[in-house]
Amino acid sequence: MAKYLLSLVPVALFGLVAVYFGLGLQRDPGILPSALIDQPVPAFDLPALKDGAAGLAGADLTGQVTLVNVFASWCVPCRYEHPLLMRLAADQTVTVHGLNWKDKPADAIRWLEELGDPYARIGSDPSGRAGIDLGVYGVPETYVIDADGRIRYKQVGPMTPELLDGTILPLIESLRR
Amino acid sequence: MRRSPTALALALALAISAPASAVQPDEMLDDPALEARARTLSQGIRCLVCQNQSIDDSNAGLARDLRLIVRERLLAGDEDQAVLDFLTRRYGDFVLLEPPFTPRTYALWYGPAVMLALGLAAVALFTLRRRRDRAAAGPAPLSEMERRRLAALFDDDGPPA
Repeated sequence: MAKYLLSLVPVALFGLVAVYFGLGLQRDPGILPSALIDQPVPAFDLPALKDGAAGLAGADLTGQVTLVNVFASWCVPCRYEHPLLMRLAADQTVTVHGLNWKDKPADAIRWLEELGDPYARIGSDPSGRAGIDLGVYGVPETYVIDADGRIRYKQVGPMTPELLDGTILPLIESLRR
Repeated sequence: MRRSPTALALALALAISAPASAVQPDEMLDDPALEARARTLSQGIRCLVCQNQSIDDSNAGLARDLRLIVRERLLAGDEDQAVLDFLTRRYGDFVLLEPPFTPRTYALWYGPAVMLALGLAAVALFTLRRRRDRAAAGPAPLSEMERRRLAALFDDDGPPA
């Protein structure tokens, strides 16, 4: 009897490994968790898109919970999430700042004129260097920054109502308490 | 296959061609030693957009940005490990094509060897047990055909007792 049970051990071991790999394979490899969670936002100071507007610097991200949305005029999914950002701005749920990544300021200005501007401040990063310091590797991305200026969450890909209601808004709530 | 100078020329050309890389001339550093270091480092850094290519091979915009950053850090005097640390601080360990050897990845690095050892142990146990069982059981009994042949040899009276 013991011999029979012993021969089941490799099967059980295989089962365990299969479950572990199976769960892992269901995760999307395109979504990288941020390496900077809970760390302070790296220092940066970006100019505005146009004269007279407000640029975006690391110092602007302390004092209250904010969202930093990385966008570009050439980014198609950014259009998809834009109405959500407009709603957040209109309802004044949370302050949303924009980081215009690897884009021409003229194109971004035109894009915002067409779709609306939900951003309190916009930083222009045509070279993408400030983005690299943040760990940006694509657009759109959205960072939740707490009142101390620490990165608390990174949303890779467009914001959806489910993600907003299920993850982002509850997180903002808990950070405000 | 028809012998043709064209085919031969093509075969030679393919044989001596170097593996393709995406490094543009305007990215390359003037110092060949630094450029060589940059290329080696780049081959170990993952392009996060394509994911299975190194930044040395990838045509993605981000790959070019990272290639330029690697060269920038080298020009600033960073050691190889410092350049890699610069990137992993921002993007995490996944940006390296070769997983680092840390307590978190022990299972990854030791796993295959452990599995092999377990497998060999299982085979050893199984073989020894079978050998022991076979020795304990003594000679195998005669099959039906073997018994009939024996009977025929002894003229149907069977073997002497």
